[in-house]
Amino acid sequence: MSYEPIPTKPATRFEESAKLALANTQLRRNMGKATQTIRAKRASVVEELPDWQELREAGRAIKERTLRHLGTYLEQLEASVERVGGRVHWARDAAEARRIITEIATSHGAREVVKIKSLTTDEIALNESLLEHGIEPFETDLAELIIQLAGERSSHILVPAIHKNRSEIRELFMKRLGAKSLTDEPKALAAVARAHLRRKFLEAKVAVSGANFAVAESGTVCIVESEGNGRMCLTLPKVLISVMGLEKMIPTWQDFEVFMQLLPRSSTGERMNPYTSFWTGVTPGDGPSEFHLVLLDNGRTRVLADPIGRQTLNCIRCSACLNICPVYERTGGHAYNSVYPGPIGAILTPQLAGVENAASLPYASSLCGACYEVCPVKINIPEVLIHLRGEVVRQKQDQNKNSSWPDPEGLAMKFLAHTFGDPARFERFQKLGRFGQRFLMRGGYINHLPGPLQGWTATRDVYPVAKQTFREWWRTRS
Amino acid sequence: MRVSLFITCFNDTIFPQTGQAVVRLLERLGHTVDFPMEQTCCGQMHFNTGYQREAIPLVRRFVEVFRDSEVVVSPSASCVGMIRDLYPRAAELAEDEELANAVAAITPRVYELSEFLIHKLGIEDVGAYYPHRVTYHPTCHSLRMLKIGDLPLRLLRAVRGIDLVELPRSQECCGFGGTFAVKNADTSMAMLGDKVRCVMDTRAEYCSAADNSCLMHIGGALHRQRAGVATIHLAEILASTEEDPR
Repeated sequence: MSYEPIPTKPATRFEESAKLALANTQLRRNMGKATQTIRAKRASVVEELPDWQELREAGRAIKERTLRHLGTYLEQLEASVERVGGRVHWARDAAEARRIITEIATSHGAREVVKIKSLTTDEIALNESLLEHGIEPFETDLAELIIQLAGERSSHILVPAIHKNRSEIRELFMKRLGAKSLTDEPKALAAVARAHLRRKFLEAKVAVSGANFAVAESGTVCIVESEGNGRMCLTLPKVLISVMGLEKMIPTWQDFEVFMQLLPRSSTGERMNPYTSFWTGVTPGDGPSEFHLVLLDNGRTRVLADPIGRQTLNCIRCSACLNICPVYERTGGHAYNSVYPGPIGAILTPQLAGVENAASLPYASSLCGACYEVCPVKINIPEVLIHLRGEVVRQKQDQNKNSSWPDPEGLAMKFLAHTFGDPARFERFQKLGRFGQRFLMRGGYINHLPGPLQGWTATRDVYPVAKQTFREWWRTRS
Repeated sequence: MRVSLFITCFNDTIFPQTGQAVVRLLERLGHTVDFPMEQTCCGQMHFNTGYQREAIPLVRRFVEVFRDSEVVVSPSASCVGMIRDLYPRAAELAEDEELANAVAAITPRVYELSEFLIHKLGIEDVGAYYPHRVTYHPTCHSLRMLKIGDLPLRLLRAVRGIDLVELPRSQECCGFGGTFAVKNADTSMAMLGDKVRCVMDTRAEYCSAADNSCLMHIGGALHRQRAGVATIHLAEILASTEEDPR
């Protein structure tokens, strides 16, 4: 079985999946409630900091500097990790990362591994690969566990089960964890999950994690979490494997000062997250006796080579852009058909997987700019979206050069560009519109447009071309 | 002051009354308005949909047409945002240094209407009269590209007779987004539905904004629903006076 570099379903376009999601009333209600609650929480804790804008700028600047000297810092990180007894593995792509991790687990005879919620392991489709090699992965983050039990994909970067409400979770636990007479109280649901997970923490020999940060100067890796499951995975099993995208590195401990203020406030709307774990190599008699750090490229160095796109690598996966996005709020994460949903997914996935494999994602935005405003590391998401749209169109135009089948959108755009290219042509076009619209007018408005434009008239009337355009009026004045 | 009006293709064709209102308003305030007939479109639709090569000649045209203007004023926050934020990028794509310089020279003289009134002329009370219940939708590009904040609201608060009501969840996008409304029609509709509900909740007679593109979107749905709420551009409210009410 072969995997795509990033699990995407390029054949399914965003607009098609969104149509289905939008019709799901339970999803709409769950998403609306969750995103608006977390939005308000974030706004109130961000407001407390008088220097929030300076912090954002500092976060952006640190990331930019790190990315500019990425090679140097990565080698420093490698040397630091090896010095404190860890092992560093370099993975060019998803397949290489999967092979490295599976080999380590197999060499310890592991039949099970416990996992800390990690997008990077989703990106490389690790769970599927482990299962293929007879190793069962157990997700230990509550929401990730829910998703795994339901056989679904995550729909949010931080809150994978955001699309589910507690009565849905209750039913799932009764069915999959054999819980009887369970209520939908959060406490009762958490207790069932805890009992299930405790056994796994104690039994597993190998743990797999992602990484929020790694410090080049000391070789320290950091995980930021809320449930304590991470702390269990990082301390109980004998072997710890952390897989990390190249861009997650920060140069010094001092840089934490900035990110530890930015991340919890942006992600969960908390001043501080409940559990922040740091580990530096291995310590005899304390925690894992073997530590592996897998550094994953998987398209990142290609993103780095693009002067406009590279700011995407500033991302610290806080998910503030998802929570504020009016599109994400309504469609949920599954509509994006990508491990990374929401505005950040709409720019990250096409760059990692190639725009041809996610060509509808850069268009999954009204360019309202709310994401850029909340981004703690100042990624100008609308700028990158527009840049990628340019890429999509250039590819399409190059392909269509040899095709005899015309592309209607491309033709319309060419025609309009030609029309706007000359004021006399533009004016003839206005007059032609005024003449033509008489066949479509009902009561002063147009209520049905043909072809691809009918999406507009499904719920909106169209204002007609004016009886006298502005330029016609202006001429009568002078 | 001699003001060159950039009407935008959209207002020229569909909403000439907005352009006429800008002319009335600025002349009332004692300024001279000229309208270079060579102007067409800023190129935003092409650029933002990905047809960036096609947008470059339109960037050149704008810069050429308004090269000698003292100031350029436009009743569209979105098109001014395109000029200010994306023209430099377009010049970069064209790999044309001369165009980049021309863009840099002209952009400081291009104003959205409310910016021009408050920042350039220093006027908040333009002497307008509009005895109606009005709610104001701050469009995304006015808020987050131009960052004009509450400038339009300050102008509206000074209008005599107006009953200005706050729009709930006002900062959320109406779902227009140019070709987004066609390419992602279903998502756009879902966003629009919520916006229309918020507008209706205000019991206003008019929903106003600094951009007719968003108003065409919101107004198109209000008209379809026979909601009894109309849309009106900010300029038209500001142009209305006791002597000449509109």
